[in-house]
Amino acid sequence: MSQPLLRARGLTKRFPGAARPVVEEAGFDLEAGEILALIGPSGCGKTTTLRMIGGFETPDAGEIRIEGRDALPLAPEKRGVGVVFQDYALFPHLTVVENVAFGVKGPRLQRETEADRFLDMVGLSGYGPRYPDQLSGGQQQRVALARSFAARPKLILLDEPFSNLDAALRAKTRREIRRILKATGLGVLFVTHDQEEALSFADRLAVMREGRILQIGRPEEVYARPASAFVAQFLGRTNLLAGAARGAQAETPLGVLPLAAPAEGEVLLSLRPEDLGLEPDAAGLGEIVGREFKGHDATYWVRAAGAEWQADVMGGPLLELGARVTIRAKAPAAPLGPE
Amino acid sequence: MLIPFGYLLARAFEADLATLQSLIWRPRNLRLLGNTLKLTALVLAFNALIALPLAWLTLRSDLKAKGLLTFLCVMPLAIPGYVMAYAILGMSGYYGFAHQFFGLRLPRLEGLWGAATALTLYTFPYMFLNLRAALAGVDPGLIESARSLGRSRWGAFWAVEAPHLRPALLTGSLVVGLYVLGDFGVVALMRYEAFSWAIYTQYSSAFDRTYAAWLSLMLMALTLVFVWAEAAFARNRRFARVGTGVARQATPAALGAWRVAAWAFLGVVFLASLGLPLLALIHWMIRGLPNMDWAQLGGSFLRTVATAGPAALLAVICGLPVALLAARWPSRLSALTERLAYLGYALPPLAFALAMVFFTLRAAPALYQSFAVLIFAYVLSFLALTLGPLRLALWGIGTRREEAARALGSSGPGAFLRVTLPQLRRPMAAGGLLVFIMICKELPITYLLAPTGYTTLSMNVFSRTSEGMMAEAAPFALALVVFSSLFVGLILRYEGSGRGRLPKDRS
Repeated sequence: MSQPLLRARGLTKRFPGAARPVVEEAGFDLEAGEILALIGPSGCGKTTTLRMIGGFETPDAGEIRIEGRDALPLAPEKRGVGVVFQDYALFPHLTVVENVAFGVKGPRLQRETEADRFLDMVGLSGYGPRYPDQLSGGQQQRVALARSFAARPKLILLDEPFSNLDAALRAKTRREIRRILKATGLGVLFVTHDQEEALSFADRLAVMREGRILQIGRPEEVYARPASAFVAQFLGRTNLLAGAARGAQAETPLGVLPLAAPAEGEVLLSLRPEDLGLEPDAAGLGEIVGREFKGHDATYWVRAAGAEWQADVMGGPLLELGARVTIRAKAPAAPLGPE
Repeated sequence: MLIPFGYLLARAFEADLATLQSLIWRPRNLRLLGNTLKLTALVLAFNALIALPLAWLTLRSDLKAKGLLTFLCVMPLAIPGYVMAYAILGMSGYYGFAHQFFGLRLPRLEGLWGAATALTLYTFPYMFLNLRAALAGVDPGLIESARSLGRSRWGAFWAVEAPHLRPALLTGSLVVGLYVLGDFGVVALMRYEAFSWAIYTQYSSAFDRTYAAWLSLMLMALTLVFVWAEAAFARNRRFARVGTGVARQATPAALGAWRVAAWAFLGVVFLASLGLPLLALIHWMIRGLPNMDWAQLGGSFLRTVATAGPAALLAVICGLPVALLAARWPSRLSALTERLAYLGYALPPLAFALAMVFFTLRAAPALYQSFAVLIFAYVLSFLALTLGPLRLALWGIGTRREEAARALGSSGPGAFLRVTLPQLRRPMAAGGLLVFIMICKELPITYLLAPTGYTTLSMNVFSRTSEGMMAEAAPFALALVVFSSLFVGLILRYEGSGRGRLPKDRS
């Protein structure tokens, strides 16, 4: 059996004086060339997990293997793990090229040529003689990336890599960095609390809560078939409804709905707003009680069957407040497991 | 740190029980305590009266040249307390400049009021800086909301700003209070019977060392009570600004008709704190110029530098691991080391020096009044000064960059040397310079521990002034003042960075 690039199993960490462990039994694999996102609300233990893999925290229990080799006894500098910190941690007393050359071995001239090559790769050739404080946030981030690449790691850890960039810059930088990372073929583990970032940047994501990993999978999978109400709500807006399942169908307040996975008995279901359709119907059970027009689509809040439902509707004429509608599910509902 | 203290205790308990009882229950002790407390209270009251208006005027009023005014408010720190006492003494008398310049025969200001005046004029900048930093930290938005809720400017000050100033007032009081307790030069020159003067006379003339040891212990206990009281009062403080981001500048308050009064107040303060000592020094300098001993001045300058230099260097070298331990690996042990360093700084220097004397005489007589012990005492006493800038810098640098260096393949110590140490150069230089200049001004430790005949600038000022040789003391005092001005520049830089407790000066 071939070894994954990174294998983490049963990672547990308790800080002195804390009632609960910050990380409890966390485990996942990461392949070379893959981007895995650890996502969760602040305080869920994702950064601590990252720091344990980097070697800056020692887990109380668990196993970390890099290319099949036990990494726990290794000091951070021996693990072959590059880290890009949230604040980039550039060395302010060194120039950009000296920063990038920091982790390169060899004679000075060769190191700087090498550093220039990586600066070129992140699109910053010519910035070498500057100091970090003379660069913009996005440029500093790319220097930090180049610095990590230059040290020739096996995998790279990114801690909230885009949180210090302003919103306008973020989406563009994200695409660019993704392209650069993919070109290197390294394994990338990154931490974020931003669901949009995780969904668009990662090949797979692991949702964490209170120190535990709740679900791991491809973004579209986790989004469409969340394992629990928490995962469903954390990755985006959703409608939760109780239902009585009978195999591939369930009886719900919105009628009999098809299920994304077979289930039996009392279940909690998730239906994303974009999976609900509204039809004007004077005899319909729903009444529109709120509307938010967002340009390419509109979100309606509909009161029906004693609850309020969110539905995103693309195009078409806008419905007025107070209008009667019928709600129709356009996609199967996802049954949720217990928390 | 603890060993000399132990010897002080041993020395104190050497006498037999009956003598001890008579020593401890001597009515004189109570009088000394009363005198010391009276002096402290008076200085603190004067301090608040001067510093609070100054802080407000230089920060929130519409006066012009506030930067210059702030500088002038801090400038008195350049004039050591005993030089201030010298100036006040040199003002009066037949040859005093008041009589020579203005034909006024002023009564000699000494005792309680003389000491309180000299100490206030010297220490108020500490209170000023503390209050000013606190006032600057009050979010102007709070004042604006208080005013929008119907308070006047004056009412808003009491409702919003005053509560925020309480911790600063407390801290300032501790700094000034410790200074007053530890002061030796001023009370000795003013012949005011406070603890440290009694210790000194007991030690130098009466040679009753057991009693001197007891008095030192009492003074140390009083110091600890002060520190404890400040900590107890400060425990419940809440930090004012919770939001992030940069606070806006407050709109200056228009003084209107009060402007004249404000300038008159500033004028009186500056005249007393800066004009007076400078006039006195220049006056006596001119009188003493014809028979000035340049060689003696140069010699004592060199002797001053020769002890202060190595001690400052050693203090930085010792300070680095202490600060590192406290910032990176907080534990009981690191907290204890740090607290001991601060204790060494807070303890009255005369009592501390006396403890060192007993220690060397008993444990290593060969070292008595040697350079090694002198420098050792300096380092123990001033180590704390290097900790502030270092700790501040270490917190600012954090561990991220070292971790980044390790992820790039540096070993632990290697990462510290390559990444953190280069960024510590400035705070190390600042801390070292601070210690250096403080030692130059230092009096009691030098006086008790320096080798016989080894006279520094401060010792020359003190011994000559106490013998009434004002003209002879002037050049040494002037040299010290010029030198200490550097110190003020450093203090202002710390204030500029706006954080941390200001170093307490003593001389």
